[in-house]
Amino acid sequence: MPQRIPVVEKILSANDRLAVENQSRFNAANVFAINVMASPGAGKTSLIEQTVRGLQGRLRIGMINGDIATSFDADRAQAAGATAIQINTGGDCHLDAVMVQSALTQLDLASFDLVIIENVGNLVCPADFKLGTHKSVLVASIPEGDDKPYKYPGMYRGVNAVVINKIDLLPYVPFRMDFFKQGIEVLNPGVAQFELSCRTGEGLPGWLAWLEGQVKEFKQA
Amino acid sequence: MHELAVTESLLEIAVRHAQENNARRISALYLVIGQWSSILDDSVQFYWDIISDGTIAKGATLHFRRVPVTLSCLDCGQEYQPTSVELVCPKCGSTRVKVKTGEEFQLEAIDVDE
Repeated sequence: MPQRIPVVEKILSANDRLAVENQSRFNAANVFAINVMASPGAGKTSLIEQTVRGLQGRLRIGMINGDIATSFDADRAQAAGATAIQINTGGDCHLDAVMVQSALTQLDLASFDLVIIENVGNLVCPADFKLGTHKSVLVASIPEGDDKPYKYPGMYRGVNAVVINKIDLLPYVPFRMDFFKQGIEVLNPGVAQFELSCRTGEGLPGWLAWLEGQVKEFKQA
Repeated sequence: MHELAVTESLLEIAVRHAQENNARRISALYLVIGQWSSILDDSVQFYWDIISDGTIAKGATLHFRRVPVTLSCLDCGQEYQPTSVELVCPKCGSTRVKVKTGEEFQLEAIDVDE
């Protein structure tokens, strides 16, 4: 006779456990870590370039970059002045805690104040796989359309900040900012939001100040 | 691709619980998946047939219980299911809502033979 055994375990619990270990490593080295997620083309790499440039001389920044192939993005971060490690996921649509764990062995964590992990461009899966970062950031962009929070609620639910990039395109693209922000407000009340353009630099100071504040708060804790 | 990682994790959890209960074979898995979890039943089933081969879970049936999203308004108490173009409370228009169901992502139980 078959017997029913109750399990009640989150399906990605193994990943969650590893993420906790990763976070302990960040904590031990006194490094603040963020996970940057977005759809392809939203401007993750541009935001990271601008962040590395904007915080030069203020924070020591390390980068872990996830991509299906190529190291273009890591190269760009490197050129902007960060130490970057490239993870090629070999087809996987997201980073997971195991990939980050092995990347951490290649970074001298103690030499950084901030580690930025750039996830694979994708608005579906990355939210489900915790990496062990302290905060996660979603980069949205005007040309993607104002319905994205409604279509990808899982991504908007768990993040600590939403960056709305490419606001310089607002005059040219139909985008109802109120509708977009209402969706975010329902899914993630009170989440930090930054409207900016990586191309023109408008709005960047607010984002940089928030990020620097987060790092300081972490280091003082 | 996402579903491969999920299916591997599923197998690991099921086999671990079966072994803890000294079971010989796993015949069924009961999954609870909220509508806001990004998992496709067909893909999980596809990977399952491949990766469970050669394990004590080979041939086990996967049962999916899908849970719809239910939101609850913190201002007027209305419970409702959001649409793909509207998330605010349909009764009072509030944006202050709580997600009651729809984010589940669990293996609830397994059937085993002793």
